[in-house]
This record gives sequence, C-alpha cells and structure tokens, in this order.
Amino acid sequence: MESSQHRGASPETQKTVRINIYRGDAEGGEFVEYDVPLVEGMVVLDAVLYVQAHISPDLAVRWNCKAAHCGSCGGEVNGRPKLLCKTRVDDYEGEEIRVSPMRAFPLIKDLVTDVSWNYEVARSIPEFKPAEKAPFTMYEEDVERLYEPKRCIECFLCQDVCHVLRSHHKHPAFAGPRFFAKIQSLEMHPMDTGHRTEYLKEGRGGIGFCNITKCCTEVCPEHINITDNSIIPLKERVVGDYYDPAKWLMRKIRGRRNGE
Amino acid sequence: MSLAAITSAINRRLPWWAGPIAIVTALTLFTFYSLWVVFFQSHAATYQTPEGINYLSPFYSPYIPSPWEWLSPAVFILWIPLGFRATCYYYRKAYYRAFFWDPPACSDDAQRKEPREPESYRGERAAPWIFNNIHRYFFYGSIIIVTFLAIEAVLAMFPVDGGFALPLGALILLINAILLGGYTFGCHSFRHLIGGRLDCYSCFKGGGALRKLYKGVSKLNARHATWAWASLFSVVFADIYLRLVIAQIISDPILFRI
Amino acid sequence: MERHDTVEHDILVIGAGGAGLRAAIEAAERGLSVGIVCKSLLGKAHTIMAEGGIAAAMGNVDPDDSWETHFKDTMKSGKFINNWRMAEIFAKEAPDRVYELEEWGGLFDRTPDGRIMQRPFGAHTYRRLCHVGDRTGLELIRTLQDKVLHTGAEVYMETTITRLLKDGERVVGALGYVRETGRFVHFKAPAVIMATGGWGRIYKVTSNSWEGTGDGVILAYEAGAELVDMEMVQFHPTGMVWPPGVRGILVTEGVRGEGGILKNSRGERYMERYDPEKMELSSRDVVARANYTEVEQGRGSEHGGVYLDITHLGPEKIKKKLPTMYEQFLKLADVDITREPMEVYPTIHYTMGGVRVEAETGATTVPGLFAAGEVAGGLHGANRLGGNSLSDLLVFGRRAGIGASEYVKANGYSLEVDEDQIRQEKERVLRPFENPEGGESPYAIQSELQEIMQEHASIMRTEESLREGLEKVRALKERAPGVRIEGSRMYNPGWHTALDIHFMLQVSEIILMSALERREQRGAQWRLDHEGLDEELGKVNFVARKGSDGEVEITTREIEPMPEHLSRLFEED
Repeated sequence: MESSQHRGASPETQKTVRINIYRGDAEGGEFVEYDVPLVEGMVVLDAVLYVQAHISPDLAVRWNCKAAHCGSCGGEVNGRPKLLCKTRVDDYEGEEIRVSPMRAFPLIKDLVTDVSWNYEVARSIPEFKPAEKAPFTMYEEDVERLYEPKRCIECFLCQDVCHVLRSHHKHPAFAGPRFFAKIQSLEMHPMDTGHRTEYLKEGRGGIGFCNITKCCTEVCPEHINITDNSIIPLKERVVGDYYDPAKWLMRKIRGRRNGE
Repeated sequence: MSLAAITSAINRRLPWWAGPIAIVTALTLFTFYSLWVVFFQSHAATYQTPEGINYLSPFYSPYIPSPWEWLSPAVFILWIPLGFRATCYYYRKAYYRAFFWDPPACSDDAQRKEPREPESYRGERAAPWIFNNIHRYFFYGSIIIVTFLAIEAVLAMFPVDGGFALPLGALILLINAILLGGYTFGCHSFRHLIGGRLDCYSCFKGGGALRKLYKGVSKLNARHATWAWASLFSVVFADIYLRLVIAQIISDPILFRI
Repeated sequence: MERHDTVEHDILVIGAGGAGLRAAIEAAERGLSVGIVCKSLLGKAHTIMAEGGIAAAMGNVDPDDSWETHFKDTMKSGKFINNWRMAEIFAKEAPDRVYELEEWGGLFDRTPDGRIMQRPFGAHTYRRLCHVGDRTGLELIRTLQDKVLHTGAEVYMETTITRLLKDGERVVGALGYVRETGRFVHFKAPAVIMATGGWGRIYKVTSNSWEGTGDGVILAYEAGAELVDMEMVQFHPTGMVWPPGVRGILVTEGVRGEGGILKNSRGERYMERYDPEKMELSSRDVVARANYTEVEQGRGSEHGGVYLDITHLGPEKIKKKLPTMYEQFLKLADVDITREPMEVYPTIHYTMGGVRVEAETGATTVPGLFAAGEVAGGLHGANRLGGNSLSDLLVFGRRAGIGASEYVKANGYSLEVDEDQIRQEKERVLRPFENPEGGESPYAIQSELQEIMQEHASIMRTEESLREGLEKVRALKERAPGVRIEGSRMYNPGWHTALDIHFMLQVSEIILMSALERREQRGAQWRLDHEGLDEELGKVNFVARKGSDGEVEITTREIEPMPEHLSRLFEED
C-alpha cells in the first residue's frame, strides 16, 4: 500500500516524529503520513490521538484507559500486533512507524475493526457451574494456576496474530487463543463441574486447528503463556478424553459392562 | 533505551526467515546423522577402552542385539526418542513453522507468505498431524530409555578391573543423561499426567506432594525448548565423542580414579 | 425525516460497567427482556481501573469486622452528609454480593484457611478489601460480563444515548446512535436504569477514560431528575506524573495498602504531619491534600510529584501483589518499582455526587428512571473510601435491577412518544455537520474546559476562583453549539466529542455552582476562604435540578436524622 500526502505539525519549531496511519474502510484505504510533535515517553496512541485532536478529527481509533488495563487499543505497528498505548515511540528510533488495524477482523474504519465475533464465541462457551454455594473453601495452591489466564484484558491481539484466524479464516469453527485461556480458567477451577472437552474437540472450540506455533504467546501484552499453560493443557485433556487408546479401550469395556 | 527495548529492536530488525532457517538446518543435520547411524553403523554399538571402561553410545541404549548383520541395533531403540521428539509440543511448533511455514513467523509479512490455501488447512484435526496426540506414549517409552542412559553412564565409571574411575566419556554420558532427563521430565504430557489433569490437589491425600512434583515439572517445562536443543546436541556430541574414541583418533582421559 | 431503527425491551440499561451489568443480570434472571447500551466494547468499562479491591465486612482476616464498623467508616469518611440508609444497606449487603461473584466464577486471593483474602485500605478500620492482586475491577467485570452473555440480555456495544424520551412524566425509552454507522436507534422501554459512571474527563489530569463525560447524569438531569452533592469530586492521592502522556493514570491505593510509604524530596515521611495515626492509609481527601501541599510548598519531586516507595516489600511480593503497577511503571515510565520509588500526584478519580436515588430501589425522582453506581449520588457523601465503589456497584446495581423489574411488572404504560421529541433530538445531534465551515473544533472546546475545571474547581477552592471558572464555562457553553465536524457519520470521533462536550459543559456548570454554595471544608470540598466544617452545612445536601426556565437551580435539602439503631453506633466510640 502506498502512502499519500504528508500533513501535520510544522517540523521547524519542534522535534517531531513521522507516523504512518492506515486510513480507510471496508472498501479500501492507504497509509497517510503525519508529523507529530515528539514528547518524552510518548506512546503510539499519544501520536494517534494528537492527529485526531489537531489534524484529522475523524480518525477512528478505539481506546479507553490508556494504561494497558482495558485492551481497547489493539492494532498493528509495523505488522506486529501491539497495544498502541503500551508501544513507545522511542522503541522505533530510526525506523519507520506504520500503524494499521488488526487484520484478523473485518475493518470498520481506520484503526477500528469489528470484533463482535469474539463475543459470540464467549457466549458459546459452557459457563461456570459451581459445585456448591459460596462462600467456597478454596486454597491458594489449588487456584494459583488460574490467576495467569485471568489476567487477560481481551485486547484480542492473540486472536489477531493467530494464523488459524488471520490466514485461514476459521472463525466459525475455532475459538482462538483468548478463549482457550478463558476455558482453561474455567476447566481448572476447583469448584467448577462443567465439561468443555467436547466443546473443544467437537464443538465451536476447534482446538485441533491450533498447531501450537506460539504467536499468541509472543504478542500477549499481559505476558500470559497461552500456549504452554492454557492450550497445551487443554489439548492434553482432549487427548485424555478422546485420543488416548488405553483410555478409549477402558471406556469401551466399562461402557459395555455398564450397558449389560 | 532500556535493555528490553534494545533486544526487541534487534529481534524486529532480524528478518523473519532467520529463525526458520536456523531450525531447518539443525533439524535436517540431526535427521541425516540419525539415519547414518541407523543404516551405516551397524557394528559400532559397544566398546571397551584400553583402560577397561565399557561404553555404549546413547543411540544404542538399551542394547538390543540385531539378528541381522546389516541391521543396526539402533533401529530397535531410536524410534522411541525420535518419535518422542517428533511429537513433542515444542518441536511441533519448530517444524510447523520452519518446514511447513504454517506460519513461518508471527509478523504480518511472514504470515502473508504462508503457502497453504485457507480451505486446505486442517491443523492437528486430521492426518498426519492428528497422530501427534499420541505423544504421551512416546513419553512412557522415553522414561525407559533415559533410565538406561543414566545406568550406562554410571556403569562407565566402574572399570572391569574394579575400583571407581571418572573418564571423560562417562562424564559426557552423565551430562547427556541429565540433559535428556531434563527434556523428558519437562514434557507437556508428563506435566498433564502428573497434575495438569487435576483441578484440586487439596481434595485428596497425597495431593500436596503431587502438586510439588507438578510445580517442579512446570519449572522444567518453562524451559522445554532449551532442554530440547541442549539434549539434542549432547546426544550427538556423546555419540561423536565415543566414535572418535573407538576409532582411536582421540583417547579417553581418566579424570579421576580411586 | 432522518430514519431510525426501533428496538423494544422491558428494561434498558445504559452503561455496562459493574452497576449496569449487575442490574442487567438481576432483571434478566427475573425473566425480563433487557437491553444494555454502552459507549465502548463490552468489558472495557472504567470499572476495570478499580484495582485495589472490593470492600465488604466479611471479617475473614479480622474477625472483629462487622457491617456496623463498615457503616461507621463509610459515614465518617463521607463527613456525615451521606444518605445513611444507603450506607446501611450497602454495609449489610456487600459480603453477599462478593460471595455471589465467587459463585459465578470470580476468583479472589485466598487466606491460608481457604477463604477470600482481605487487605487493609485507607480509613477502613479493619482489613476489608477482597482483592485479586491489583486487578480486582477486571475480575469483577469479566465475571459479570460472562454472566450477562449467558443470559438473554442483548448488548448494544458502541452505542451512545443522547436523550431520554418521556411520555408525560415518565421515562419510556431513549434515543441513541450506533457509533459504527451513525444510525439512530429508538430504544423503547418502560424502565431505564442509568449506570453510566462518572465525569472525571471534565478535568485535565484524571484517571478516567474518554468515556467519563457525564452523559448519564446530564441525561437524567435533562429528564428532570434531581442531582445531589455535585460539588464532591474525589482527587485520588496517587496518579502517575511522568512521562506527560501518562499523567493522571491511577496508581492503586493497594500500593499503600501493601505498605507503600510517601516521602517528599527531603526524604521526610510527611504523612506524620497530616495524620499521624493512619499515616499513608488516611482517607483519600486527606492524603491528596497532603501530597498537593508538599508540592505547593516546594518539597516536590523532579517532575512535580511526591515519592511513593514500595521497594521494601521485595521484588517477589511486589510482582505477586501489584503486578499491574509493576508492569505499568516499567513499560510506560521506565521505572522499576522494585528498586526505585514512584512519582505520584493527585488525579481526579471519582465523583461522589450524582443522581438522587431511593436507597432501596435506585428509583430517581423521575418515574421510570433508575440509577446505580457512580452516576448515583448519596452513598459516599463528601468522600469515598477506597474499595467502596466496587461493592456500591454490586449492591445498588442489583437493587436497581430489582427496583426496575418491579416497576415494570407493576405498570402497563404505553411506550409511545411524541415524534417531535425524536425529531428535535436528531436535529441537535446532527447540527455539528450542518454548522458553517470554519466552526470551532470540539477537541479545542473540550481541552479548554478541562483546563478551566483543573484550575477553578480543583483540590482547593475559593469563591473568587469558582466564580471566574463559572463565567468561563458559561462562555464556553455559548460557543459549543457552533462546533463544526468534518467527515461522515461513520465512526467519527470528532462528532462523538462534539456530543460529549454538551454533557461535559453542563455537568461542569453544576459542579461549580454547587461548590459555590458549600462554604466550608468538608471532605473533597475544600474552600480556602472558609475555615473548617460548618455544622449547619453538615445537615444538608445541595440538590441541583433543571429549573422551569431551563437553567440550573440549586437548593438545599435537609438530611433526615439517623434513626436510633444507627446513631447509637457512633455514641459507643
């Protein structure tokens, strides 16, 4: 994609940074260059909001907390999924900066994409089913594994980078890394009685599509080890319930005995 | 700029194909070396040094004699560690990325090079990759092999004429056994079997001990890729070392003797 | 005329933070059809920025704790202008609401005996804050979000309500537009629950996201509802200072709860001079003023803040208990809080005032309109205790859900509204596109307003400065309708801002007017031209409503004396 004309602050008066922002909608678009005054400690979102406030008021971008807690401002910087509020401009000294929307979701406008698919997936996951009424007696050692997936801020960068969604468009049959982390936090909850391996293997989960190539873990701004601590443990549970030949045999035998 | 920023800048500047090429090279070399051992090295199984040390290359352990002269005894053994590595969650990542470009790397320009058509991608839902789900059985087999490797290493410290000695070869075998142990017992399937499949440790007797074990395995598992590469190199290195000793190109120094 | 879509629900919830979601769950579980409208995506509400925890007197670590103590702490911190009935219900019901979260899959840090862990917090007598590290708000939102997604409630994301629609005296729906397309939607509903949160964005230095523009409180005000305690705006003692881009971002009170120490540039632990007893864990108004004063008197840090030091806790504990803070400072400010102190300064955080509601049902003074959470006023009085907000959301979100459900079940009013209301509102909303070219930018007005409020309605206030501020805001209000917007209606932030400033300006005017009336030093309202508490003013709330001339009308409202079973609690001290 080509860059179009260059607009922005006057470079003579202050040190500026040049930033290329994707402008367009579902019909198409291009990168547009902007010069933005450089401020110490500036993040990419600061630059985008400067453009919005001073140069192009209709530049669409999603953001809320600006502190990397809400996960609204997911986008791509030089083709890598990033939280714009957590990506420092000075990390790119001497490099071109190209800000674009997430590619795994349909584009609405500029940096904003339609992420509603994620909420459909969330709705399809069998919900938490408590074994008893609260207050629970639950020990730190039993729940310590759950804190990690629960850090997720739903920025959907892992969904964006996942090639199953991004390149192969398996949206209808695959839940994506964010929801494997979610399912892990439900499945490993000591008080949960729900079963989700069927959902993972046969249902919308589609965990078999995942070939554990770890891009999700690489891009997670919360440093959740999605692949090793969520996806693989779930894959192993699916193996236990569906693929393990010894278990399969045992189930056959037991099933027949029960049947008689 | 902070240190983290510098390393991430370096990573960003490396072309995306640098990683895949390194992995393809290493895994291809290892595969050829293993094939060479299996098909062209049918006699090189055991050896006794002039100092009376008995060695068995890790490629042949535990030793199962071959009924045919042309067939290397390694055939009976090597399928286990090779299968273990081929179905290993870490190596799966490595070869899906490096050999099949599924995807080659995580950046946008790399993913655009993914050759497969969207409709033909089936991941691990269909043959052949669905068979990777058998990984835990290779793990079971690997436990046996690692145990034998440890025994071989220890046996090599007891020369035939009695006493105790520490030859360099035994040390190498010992290190190799430790690295393979670290790799084997950091296995994702083992992590599942030992604790990942459980939701509650405090709910039954002995759960506390199991949890400790699980946490230990998790620690190893966090560095699974490092163990995988270290043990891959060590096993080849140990084999080459012993071959050089057998061919009497180098001698095996005794570091220590009682 | 410009067309619109129409949808109908039994209950329309505006806002998808803690209160809105909790209200929606309650109503949906009672079998009603519920629509939830929010300006952002689901799960991004400002509730997630609540880090420290949920205050609930369950006594898991301090068995002496009880609802009575929690009630007393809340009233004392609110300087007794709180609605005591709300405070009573709140303190009694908070533990059940937390347990309910646990039953829905919410996870909290545990005590060694397997119960919910509680941490100390500013001006809470006992260790009372149920928490999960420093991301309690996130856990609360995710839990409620999942619950909502598994009810039949419909969520209209990225949709803005611009006006409540009335049939006579009753609120019977709302008009809004979808941000993505700019298309209008008429929401028909016999009951509307307002849960839109606060309006911190009217200030320049704030921990609030762009959403906190006061839509809900002004929608209610324009529909005729009474607002209470609007002068009460909370400055959180610790916001980030540097770099400029993150100025105002919250540093959780959990840092002090875990033992963080405040120091000035001379290395003095100055809280000894302001509150020797509670020190860093004094109430927020006190600590905020202390931090402000230290900087004013020239004992500030390099970038104009004070130092907050947690290094003595050790890296491991810091990363376990304050992971978000660790990451936030490391990434955004190049500060490793396990080795160096943080620089902090007060930041606008919360608005105690809001729509006046009935304690039991969340009903406002307008039939059909309910309110809960930060947008409602009364519970917190002159100062909110840390951790009381999250339990507020749950307790009164649920109660508003019940209140609205019963209201709906009891009536069968028509949902029809006069088409003129809708037409006029559409014209108003679209005006920024019609205005002549060369009109002002909404961003300029917004940032001017933020400067004005920061200067004139700040942590310390005087009659003169407030008056000056009021004049400036009124002048800005004149200019605002003339803003001009470029581009299409499709996801156009400039247009959204043009509509936001309408709410922001109106709420600012009300704050300044209320602040002029309360001539004393009480909690967050600190008048430099009046010394100390005024006993007479402690018996009243200031109430704002839209007068018959369309202008703001401020009146006083007597606070009913506490019943004996509550007043007795304070005599025991």
